[in-house]
Amino acid sequence: MKLLQTFALTATVAAAAAFGASAPARAEGKTITLCWAAWDPANALVELSKDFTAKTGVNMKFEFVPWPNFADRMLNELNSKGKLCDLMIGDSQWIGGAAENGQYVKLNEFFDKEGIKISDFMPATVAGYAEWPKGSPNYWALPAMGDANGWTYRKDWFSRPEIREEFKKKFGRELEVPKTQEELKDIAEFFQKRVIDGKTVYGAAIFTERGSEGITMGVTNALYPFGFKYQNPKKPYDMQGFVNSDDAVKGLEFYKALYKCCTPPGYSNGYMQEGLDAFKSGQVALQMNWFAFFPGLYKDPNVGGDRIGFFVNPAQKEKGSQLGGQGISVVAYSPNRPEALAYIKWFASLDTQKKWWALGGYSCHKGVLNDPNFKNTAPFAADFLVAMDQVVDFWAEPSYAQLLLAMQKRVHDYVVADQGTAKGALDGLIVDWTKVFKEDGKL
Amino acid sequence: MTDQTGLSGLVDRAAMVTPPVVARRARGLSERAIAWLFITPTMLLLLAINIFPLIWTIRLSFTNYRANRPNATVLDVGLANYQSILTDPDVWAAMTVTARFVFWSILIQTVLGFTLAWLIDKKFRGHGLWTTLILLPMMLSPAVVGNFWTFLYQPQIGLFNYVISAATGAPASSFQMLAQVPLAPWAIVIVDTWMWTPYVMLICLAGLRSIPDYIYEAAEVDRASPWRQFWSITLPMALPFIMLAVLFRGIENFKMFDMVNLLTGGGPGSTTEVASITLKREAFEKWRTGYSSAFAIILFVTVFGLANIYVKALNRVKNR
Repeated sequence: MKLLQTFALTATVAAAAAFGASAPARAEGKTITLCWAAWDPANALVELSKDFTAKTGVNMKFEFVPWPNFADRMLNELNSKGKLCDLMIGDSQWIGGAAENGQYVKLNEFFDKEGIKISDFMPATVAGYAEWPKGSPNYWALPAMGDANGWTYRKDWFSRPEIREEFKKKFGRELEVPKTQEELKDIAEFFQKRVIDGKTVYGAAIFTERGSEGITMGVTNALYPFGFKYQNPKKPYDMQGFVNSDDAVKGLEFYKALYKCCTPPGYSNGYMQEGLDAFKSGQVALQMNWFAFFPGLYKDPNVGGDRIGFFVNPAQKEKGSQLGGQGISVVAYSPNRPEALAYIKWFASLDTQKKWWALGGYSCHKGVLNDPNFKNTAPFAADFLVAMDQVVDFWAEPSYAQLLLAMQKRVHDYVVADQGTAKGALDGLIVDWTKVFKEDGKL
Repeated sequence: MTDQTGLSGLVDRAAMVTPPVVARRARGLSERAIAWLFITPTMLLLLAINIFPLIWTIRLSFTNYRANRPNATVLDVGLANYQSILTDPDVWAAMTVTARFVFWSILIQTVLGFTLAWLIDKKFRGHGLWTTLILLPMMLSPAVVGNFWTFLYQPQIGLFNYVISAATGAPASSFQMLAQVPLAPWAIVIVDTWMWTPYVMLICLAGLRSIPDYIYEAAEVDRASPWRQFWSITLPMALPFIMLAVLFRGIENFKMFDMVNLLTGGGPGSTTEVASITLKREAFEKWRTGYSSAFAIILFVTVFGLANIYVKALNRVKNR
């Protein structure tokens, strides 16, 4: 019996190996499932994937989960060795855990065999979405959806003469896109509780969500420009004087001040969707959100078109934007590995990447991004390039969830619940993170 | 002599109460075999879904197992998880939040529930309609209630704020029920009270209706005042029912998760982070399976122990 099993297994492996890249031609009627979050780019991917089906005969099914439940649902799927997903567009922070636990297929050999050059993709996205360990040439995903935290503003309000005049009188400069974090706060304060067209409006919708990753993704957007660093560049996991540096303290205090002065009432648990709702309903002048939503916002009949403007997260002491985005991986438990790999091969091609960007997805391919005309393809395209050039990512360690939840708690306690000081919150964060790294044997 | 203990004793007793006509041999099966045949699936199901997970959780609570790291070596850590939980200030903070929430919600629900039951028991005109209306919130799913109240509490457009504003004269947007540290716990108590007071009312109503009329008639003959009747007859005789309602709501509120998760997610900060939210974070977000198993056992023992003490008190009241 065991001999029979061994033979069957060997035959299957051999068949799969032989199947390889030519799989699609023989895969008529097969169906693979792609798992991702339920948001605008996912709809674009459904549209794009029709080409894959037309070309290969492999049908596509999609499992999209709303962002607040995405990590819970998908990490459960991976941890239980589920076969639901053949392809996973998972969060960038999952790469470490998924690689170490054998949940994603390592793609190096496949890339070599199929002539897919990882160097064709933007280095920041390769580092953020594909590599583990970071800085090593081990690839567990193909950069799929480039993303960073940016800002939208009400261009139509900014251009009103009476508002511009009042702003100039108050601040001694023109009301323009902010160049620094302090300028951003000035603008938010200026609009806070202002009556525009008979309606009271507010300054800014920023990330304050407690449950998943919201406030961390928002607060880091202020911390990086003020000088926060995760660790000593010369000594990994040495956080003292970096996480809680004087500049980092100023950054955290700034975010709290921005929350207190300039958000709509009751905005204590807002993330992507709440920000979109606040902006689309004309409640706020500024909105922090991911570039991924900008194509949809630009098309919005109420606030899009000429009424909306975009800008990169402003610098303060230095530049920095929180990295978002994801890579696409083949799930190790997938029974349809050849078809899933064929999808990766198809997705990596320049033609597909061009169409991906045209449909509203953010390609990470240099062939798309370095095109001289790229900046003119969308009103936010130029800002996207700038943002991707200054991105910083949260810890991508296998224990990222523990690290993330510790920061969620410390920061929310300080910013929203008014407990303790910024220095105390960051000192506490070092204690929490040190404990996690010790448990992991990193310290 | 038949063994009356354990599973075998249970089967024997089941066989003894089997009616003779059924107890005859069917298709060559003995009475005992037939009894086993009927009982076994239930026992297996019970073992599979209740006993096995409990034993497995206890086992995991002594390890450093993490469900998201199948390749990592699982080590026995003895009582380290328990020690870590019992000395963790965050856990104690969550337990304090839970205790406060349980205390206030039970107190308010019991007073309101009993008062409503007492009023409904008067059988005034249209009392049936009022009973149905009062019971409606209890019929809704917690998910619906959570989302519904999130809108009601919305500072700019929520109806709750307009009502409070009309009553107090303060601006509507000044009550940020889910966003302000002092108000957020009360926001949850209000929703839980709105939803579950009818349940307490139903149990209290059953208690009030169980009091025989002749006792009140005797009290009338003795010229006892309505106040005296309430303190000497109504309240003492309904007390076991009230205590039962407190027991049920206490156990439920100790485990409260859905409503808090939907309304505040534990925030602002950690103001409303009850024990079940902390447990969920440890188990399914941080994936500290061994640690969270120990936490679950501690919560189970706490609820089980308190409920047992309470049931003893309840029995004493009933037997008075």
